[in-house]
This record gives sequence, structure tokens and C-alpha cells, in this order.
Amino acid sequence: MDHLLFLLATGLARGAIFALFALSLVLIWRAARIINFAQGAMALVATYVAFAVTGLSGSYWVGLTAGILAGAVIGFGVERGLMRFTKDSHPLAGIIVAIGLVMVLQALLGIFFGQQHRPMQTPFSDSPLLWGDTPLLSPYDLFVLVVALGVMGVMALLFNRTSLGLQLRASAFAPEVSRVLGVRVSRMVTIGWMLSAAVAALAAMLLVPTELGLNPHSTDVLFIYAFTVAVVGGLDSPVGALIGGLVVGVAMTLVTGYIGATVAPIGVLVLLLLVLLVRPGGIFSMREARSA
Amino acid sequence: MSPQKERGDTMSQRSTARRIAAFASASAVLVALAGCSTPATEDPEPTSSDTASDAPVETGDSTGITDDTVTIGTHTPLTGPAAAGYSSISAAATAYFEYLNENGGVHGRSIEYIVKDDGYNPATTQTVVRELVQQDEVFAIVNGLGTPTHSSVLDYLNENEVPDLFVASGAIAWNRPDTYPFTFGFNADYVVEGAALTQYAVDEYPDAAICLLGQDDDFGDAMIQGAELVLGADGLAHVERYSVSNQDLTAQIGAMQAAGCEVNLLATINGFTALALGTSAQFGWFPMWFSSSSGADYPTLVTYLGEDVGPQLLQGLVGTNYLPSLGGEDEWVALFRQVNDEYNDGAPFDGNTIYGMSVAYLFAEALAAAGEDPTRESLMEALTSGALVGNGTVPLSFSDTVHAAFLGVGITQVDQGVQDYVGSAYSVVDGVVSATELAPVALENMGLPAAG
Amino acid sequence: MNRIAPALTGTRRTIVFGAVLTVLAIAGTFGLDPYRNFQLATIVAYFCAVAGLTLLVGLTGQLSLGHAALMAVGGYAYALTANLATDWGLDGVPRFLLGMLGALVVSTVHGLLLGLAGARLQGPYLAGVTLAIAIALPAVTAQFSGVLGGDQGLQIAYEGVPEIFSRLIVVEQWHAWVSILIAGVVVTALAAVRRSALGLKMRAVRDDETAARLSGVPAARVKVIAFTLSSVAAGAGGAALCFVTQSISPGAYTLAFSLLLVVAAVVGGLGSIGGAALGAALIVLLPWLVGTVTDAFEMSADLEQRLSGNLGLLVFGGLLIVVMLARPGGLASIGLRRGRGRTAPPRSPSPFGPAASAAAPTDSPADEADTDRTGVKEVAVHVPTERER
Repeated sequence: MDHLLFLLATGLARGAIFALFALSLVLIWRAARIINFAQGAMALVATYVAFAVTGLSGSYWVGLTAGILAGAVIGFGVERGLMRFTKDSHPLAGIIVAIGLVMVLQALLGIFFGQQHRPMQTPFSDSPLLWGDTPLLSPYDLFVLVVALGVMGVMALLFNRTSLGLQLRASAFAPEVSRVLGVRVSRMVTIGWMLSAAVAALAAMLLVPTELGLNPHSTDVLFIYAFTVAVVGGLDSPVGALIGGLVVGVAMTLVTGYIGATVAPIGVLVLLLLVLLVRPGGIFSMREARSA
Repeated sequence: MSPQKERGDTMSQRSTARRIAAFASASAVLVALAGCSTPATEDPEPTSSDTASDAPVETGDSTGITDDTVTIGTHTPLTGPAAAGYSSISAAATAYFEYLNENGGVHGRSIEYIVKDDGYNPATTQTVVRELVQQDEVFAIVNGLGTPTHSSVLDYLNENEVPDLFVASGAIAWNRPDTYPFTFGFNADYVVEGAALTQYAVDEYPDAAICLLGQDDDFGDAMIQGAELVLGADGLAHVERYSVSNQDLTAQIGAMQAAGCEVNLLATINGFTALALGTSAQFGWFPMWFSSSSGADYPTLVTYLGEDVGPQLLQGLVGTNYLPSLGGEDEWVALFRQVNDEYNDGAPFDGNTIYGMSVAYLFAEALAAAGEDPTRESLMEALTSGALVGNGTVPLSFSDTVHAAFLGVGITQVDQGVQDYVGSAYSVVDGVVSATELAPVALENMGLPAAG
Repeated sequence: MNRIAPALTGTRRTIVFGAVLTVLAIAGTFGLDPYRNFQLATIVAYFCAVAGLTLLVGLTGQLSLGHAALMAVGGYAYALTANLATDWGLDGVPRFLLGMLGALVVSTVHGLLLGLAGARLQGPYLAGVTLAIAIALPAVTAQFSGVLGGDQGLQIAYEGVPEIFSRLIVVEQWHAWVSILIAGVVVTALAAVRRSALGLKMRAVRDDETAARLSGVPAARVKVIAFTLSSVAAGAGGAALCFVTQSISPGAYTLAFSLLLVVAAVVGGLGSIGGAALGAALIVLLPWLVGTVTDAFEMSADLEQRLSGNLGLLVFGGLLIVVMLARPGGLASIGLRRGRGRTAPPRSPSPFGPAASAAAPTDSPADEADTDRTGVKEVAVHVPTERER
């Protein structure tokens, strides 16, 4: 029982990061109706920026801020410089260009920073607090959970309570109508990209300190898991991303703890397939069918 | 829909012709491209595969040897996720060969070491090794790195009778002289390491609960096998496995703590050794860690864990080694440091540097022993003669029947940031573990074998 | 080009030309040294997989990011069957045929199952699932390491040159022959499908699934068949590669390799078989070319190590982006223009930006008529081209 409790707590912390990254995919889906396969690589570049700035300034928080800003700038650059032009090209151009971008960014990171893992520090202790004898969440895990929930809340407010949010949603669902109604659709799409990339950068920066260290492949697996989370939760649903993230995080930890580490990636694939086949709209989506 | 369909039908007649035209031109380009890259044909030397399939060589095969050079090659990851831990090995070997060449080489020949990047991808290994054998016409492959990568060229090298020396992997597959007469391993294999570490644990801490954290591949399997040589089947108190694709060991470490483990054997690569120690420190749990040499390189572990906490966490880490130890006052290490500074741009000096240079030295020694005019046959003879000593701290085991370099290991421990031998050593012969003595080889003639 | 054997039409024509090209390619192996023949064998095996992928993406609009894993399925099936055959005392050609049969059967079943799932998914969803498959491959081989050999994969017995050819060729050339034969059969079949009624249905589904369904095209079934065909082609490529290299392991079929296959298909020209051949050659030869170029420059060991591999990746990624944005037709569409240089006026850079250049033929020279998404574009582009002929 203690073991179960321990695994659940560990899974929650891990899941919160998946949820946050999945949220970034939801944001971009809501803004531009695409799934950005380069999200992981873009977030990684921002994380390198954060790493460098932390190294120079000596402050985790300055680095974190710089990373988030860098994420937004990268989102802006990618949308204005590349993605904007994919709409008129091939139907799959968005995905294929994103994959090209992943290769370019990973190659550049490899050339400029090398392949080695660079350890990143956490701002809070990562030793878990004990509940009785069972280790539960660490202060850092709590920080991650709070940040994830906070960002979700802010985004929910933004989308549902502000004029900007309304315009963002409108331009994604009905660009032509919105344009007629005076919404600056292309600006909205850019803002959506910037928001999304900044959130993804934040998620990556929260993840990397819990792993081996920063290297050009740090976010490969994160993207896959977050994609699964977004699909499980429903691409339209920020709440779905949150719950999906926690579910996938806990499920993975339970599988690792009770069955074995090797089975976890297979489990993710099975979960993804099951959800897509049984409930293609995602567990938390109201929609019956969905089209890309 | 119907007009479209109709047009499609009329189109298809013409489109076939055009498709075939395109295909033909594409094939032409393909052939042309391939043709362009064919090397100049003015010297139609028989390639090794000609040699292999046509006639057995009688006088001796001196492919790769000229009057003043010996060309050898290797495959190793310089890019990709695996590059981080290993790319310094080939650089160190190259530096030693430069040092050797500047001091006269071996029998007046300088050694040219061609390093090919395979990205730890077996498919790429296949390509680059064929390139080395067929295009570069190397005398031997030396220190090809990695179990999955080198496994994929094992048959090829042996069919083509190319000496395949000092494979950089602890798998037991290399020591099969009957099946693979041209292949020789270098690392002490994982079974030996697992058995030695376990025996040391039993000797020093007779009542401790011994557990193991292992990679979910042959590395982990072989270490378990070694541990069970000592403890008997199911003798390990608890076993956890991890997968390299998941850099989160929380669940595994949590389970080991809950199982009351006291000595944890690690079948982990350096990154995961660091991760295991770091994760358990987060839990405030500090058991004893006994790591395979593949994951016990102190300087590398410190870079993973960070300069601030690394030394503290690594205090007391037990490992195995069979080469001169970084922490000791060894004359080999002093020489290698000097070579590293002069010929390797003063790259970070760690266990990999010593490893790379030791391999290079052993090859130079074997080449020197192969005679004034070495052939592949005389090199094989030199290796199996039992006369080579290398620079290991346990005796070199090469013979007619043993193609493994080391059948034993010494035990090391980290103390105050210095990783050195503690004095214990174990050998594993035919599944029997026995304590032995360390037998370091004295440095002679500045590490230049041929001049002696 | 119609002047060549005008009497031949339809599928028969495709088969004859496929056979002729196969024989030509086999003849070409005599001009290469063993190492180049090995490279050719690899290129041809990749060609199988890329042709399958380009058919899937170009004709049905389904994107797979896990085609390397599908190749691995074929390769593992080949290795398992061939090793079984070895145990039964078979060798040489019978063993090879049995191995191929195993590879094809398993690839078909696997492709069918995935296709059934995939038919319900669109664009990014299928891409995501196939991506997850590519990531899960090492885990699957580790989980079933008793059968699949874990990290080290499987080795198969050495395949020497058969007796009758042994005086004529060395083993690398023999392997190239086998690889070419496999590709010849598979790609000819794909080419025949491409120009058949089924191929037309695939395009209809890609352009507008609802409309296609309304006109009586069984969209789901068409997509499943397309995915299965593509999977079989990839599996055959994997089997060929397994035959040539005598081994198969998960490390050779990574996500990076899957993405490289996408590069080959896109840069060659989506939907174009000739383009697939160019793309396959590109992904084998370009890294080698980049390596040769960087070797020519003196640089520090550290820089060289950082550039090695990464530079090739950079070029591939850049190519992918540039081709997709500027010339979605890929190399095949450039070849088209060069081929007709005498009649077609040189094309000035499009004054209308990317949107206009996107209206350029996005498919192979062979079927540019069916490529673009809207009828309007097709007419705009193709009427003049037809007249030029």
C-alpha cells in the first residue's frame, strides 16, 4: 500500500509536466488547428537559452524568465518565418516542415553545444517529504504542480474571459468569418504560437532538471508522451490535457513500478491506439468525430 | 467526379510513358551517382572480398601494410545520444598513436588510425566497416565500440579474415575462438564484473542484502548471471531493471529502498549510475553502490551529478577496473597524461582516455611482436602466443583458446575524490570465482613497444 | 516517350518496363566495386521502403513517421523465418524464398492491423501513432528479447554466391542483385497499383474523402489497402536489408531513420516512384558527400566531431523545409522540367510567392494531372503542359 501511494505521488509530479506540455499542444491546436511536431525541439532551444542565462546570471529565476521569453520569440519566428507559408502548400506541409525544423534545430544544438548531458539545478529541494515512512512529493514536485495548475488557470481565464481569448478562438474556428468581423486573424495565429511555445518551453525547463541533463535529445520522448496526453484528453480541452497528463503520468509510473520499465513505452502506444480507436475525440471531448 | 475520372483514364496512357521515362532517368542518375563515386580504377587491386572468395592466401596477407605505414580503423559513435560517453576513447587512441609515430612508430612504420562515426547505429556500422575494409583496405579493425553495433559486423569480419581486435564491449560474445577466430575482446566481460563485485560484497559485508539495478538488455542479464555465480540462483535480494529510453528511476529506486537493499550492484552506464545515486539521495537513502566499470568512471560521473554535489554522493562508490587507475600514482597514468596534453589538445583526462591509450598500446605491442614484416597471420600468432602483457593490472589472458583480454578484475573505491584500487582482485575461470592478486605491468621504454 | 514500344499498354507495359529497368540495374552492378555494390544494395532496399511511403503519402495523404519500424517488422520476420529454415537444413535460394515469404506475410498482417486503426485517423493522428510505434520498437524488442534478441537483434546465416555465379561475381554484387530483384518486383507492383483504378481511388480519397465516399469509393477500405501495401513494401525493404547485412537490430531502425525516409520521399517528390529512387540515393550518398567535403577542411578535432553527423542532419532538415515550401513536387518535378527543356520555356521565379509555386506539379512527372488538391489548379498547370507535348 505504501508502495502504491509512493508510485501515485511520483506519477503525479511527472504527469504535471506532461500535462503542461500537452497544454501547449492544445493551445496551438486551438489557435491554428495544427499539431506542432517541432514543439519539443523549439522548447529545447528555449531551455538551452535558460541554461545559458542561468549560468551567466547565477539565478534560476532569471534563466526561467529568459527561457519563457525565448520560447515566445521562437514561436513568433517559426510561425512568421515558416508555418505561415505551409497553409498554401501541400496538405501535409505543416507536419513535414515541422519535422524538418526538428532536424535543423537538433543539428544546430549538437553543433553549438555538443552531445554531452549538462546537469540543470532545481530551485527547490527535490528530496521528497515523508508521510509516515512513505516518501511523497518533493518541494520541487509541488512547485511543478502549482506552476502547471497556475498556467492552466491563467490560460482558461484568457481564453474564456478575455476579448483576446475570444478572438483567438474565433480565428481558429472560423477564420474567414472572423476576418469579416474585424478580427486580425493572422495576428491571432501568431499570438497563439507564441503562447504555446512559451508554455512548452516552461514545461521542458521543468522536466530537464529531473532527468539526466540537458542534451539535444532531451525532449524527444516528452513530445510523444505529451502528444498521447493531448489525444487522450482531447485536443480541444485544456482540462482534458491536465487530467490526461496526470492519468498518463500515474499510469506510466504504475506500469514501471509493478510490471517493468521496458513495458512503459509499449503501454503508451497501446493507450494511444485504444483511445483513438474507441473514442477518437479524446476522453474529455464532447465531439463525436474530429478532423485535422 | 465523372469528368475527373475520365480525364484520369486518358491521362494514364501517357502517364505510364512519362513515369517510366522518369524512372529510367532516375535510375540512370542513380547509377551515374554511384559510378561517379567509384574510386579511380587505375589500380585494380583485389579487394578483400575478392581475396576471401577466390583463393586463400598462402604467403600471408599484408593488406593495409606499406613500407612505412600500417593502416587500421575503428567504428565508434561520434554523434547521437551515445556519443557523449564514448567519443573520447578514439581520440585518446589517436593521440597515443601520434605519440608513437613521432617516436619512430613500430618497426619503422607509422600507424594510421582511421576513425569512422557510426552513431551507435548497427546499420551505419555495417557501412563504415565495409568502407574501412574494402575502400581504405585496413590491416585490422581495432577497438570497434558497442555490443549491438559490433555484433552486426562480427560475421563479416571473420568471413573476410580481417583481424578484429580489442572490441570495446563487455559482452561475452567476442570470446569464441572456434566460431570467430579473428575476433578478440578487450573489456573484462560483464559476467566477470558481476561475479567479482558480488564476491567482494560477500567478503566485506557477509550479511548485507545484495540487490541489483540493471539495464534491460544483455548488460543487465550478464551481470545478474555473474552475481548468481556467487550467490546461487535467486540469491539476489531484489532486482530492478531500467530502460535507457526513460530517464526516471524513481520507481526502481523506491522499490529497492522498500526491499531493504544494502548493497546495490549496478549494471548501468555512467549516466544511469549518476541518475541512480542522485535519485536515491533525493530519498535520503544512502546504500552502498557497486558498479560495473562501464558505469563507474569518477570524472564522468562528477560531470553528470555536478561539481557541487558529485564528490559527496560518489564517496565510497565501489567499482571494478583492469587498467591503470586514474587516482593512483601510476607511471602509466603519468605518461598518458603527458601524451594527452601534448597530442590530444589537453582534453579532459578520464577513464576513457586511459582506456583508449591502453588499447592503442596493446595494439602497438601486438604489432611489434608480429615481426619486421607483419601479416594478418603473424599478428594472429602474436596475439595467441601468450607473450603479450599489455598494461593491465590483472594478467592478460589471450591464448589459443581464450580471446578475452581479462578474465579478472580489481576492485576500486572512491575516497575523497580519488578512485583507486583497494587491493582486492578476483578472477573468474569456468564459472568459478577466486581471489587473486593485482599484477600491474611496469612501464618500460616510455610506453614504446617496438624500440625495445 | 510513347514512341518506345507503343503497342504495350496498361499493366503489361509497367511490368515490361519494370523488368527492363531491373535488368539494366543488375547490369550496372558490373561497373561497381564491391563497396559501391554494397551501397547500391542498401540504396535499393531503402528505395523499396521509400516507394511504399511515397505512395502512401502522395496518393492517400496518410503520413507515416514510423516507416523504419515497418521495415524492421519485415526484417525481423525474414530473420526469424530464415533461421527456422536453417534449422530445417535449408540454405541458399529456398531459404531466401521462405524468408521473403515470412517477411511478406508478417508485413501484410501487421500493415493490415495498423491500417485498420489508421483508416479511422487523419493527418496528424496517424503521424503521431506511427511516431509512437517508432519509439516503442526498442521496447518491444527488449520485452520479447527471447525471440527478437533485444538490443543486439538477430543474426542470420551467411549467404554466399550461388554455385553458378561464383566464378562471375563476388558476394557484394550478389547481394546487390538480390536486393535489386526484390525492389524490382515490389516497386513494379506499386507502380502498377499507382496507375490502376485503385490508385485513382486513393487520390480521390486524399483530395476529398467525403466526396469520394459519396461517389461510391469505399474510402476506409482504400486507405487500409494503401497502408497495407506501403507496409509490405517497407517490410520487403527491411527483408532485403536483413539479407544484405545478415543481421537486424532495433538500433538500425530508429526514429531518426524513419524521419530520413520521410526526407527521401518528400525531397524525391511525393507520389513519384522515380523521385523515391532519387530520394533513397540521396539519404545514402549525401552523408558520405558531406563527410568528404568536411574532411577536405582542416579543423580542430572538437569541431570536426561536432560537425560530423550533425551537418548531414542539418542539410536534410533544411532540404525538407525548402522543398516542402518552395517545390512540393520535389526533385522529380525538377527532372520533369529538365527533361522537356527544349519545348518548355524556362520558368521564371514565380511572381506570386509560395502560393503560386505551390501550384506547380506536386507530383511525379508521371501523373501531375492528379496531384493538386483542386481542379482549378490542375487545369491551370496542366493544360499548358499537355499542349507542350
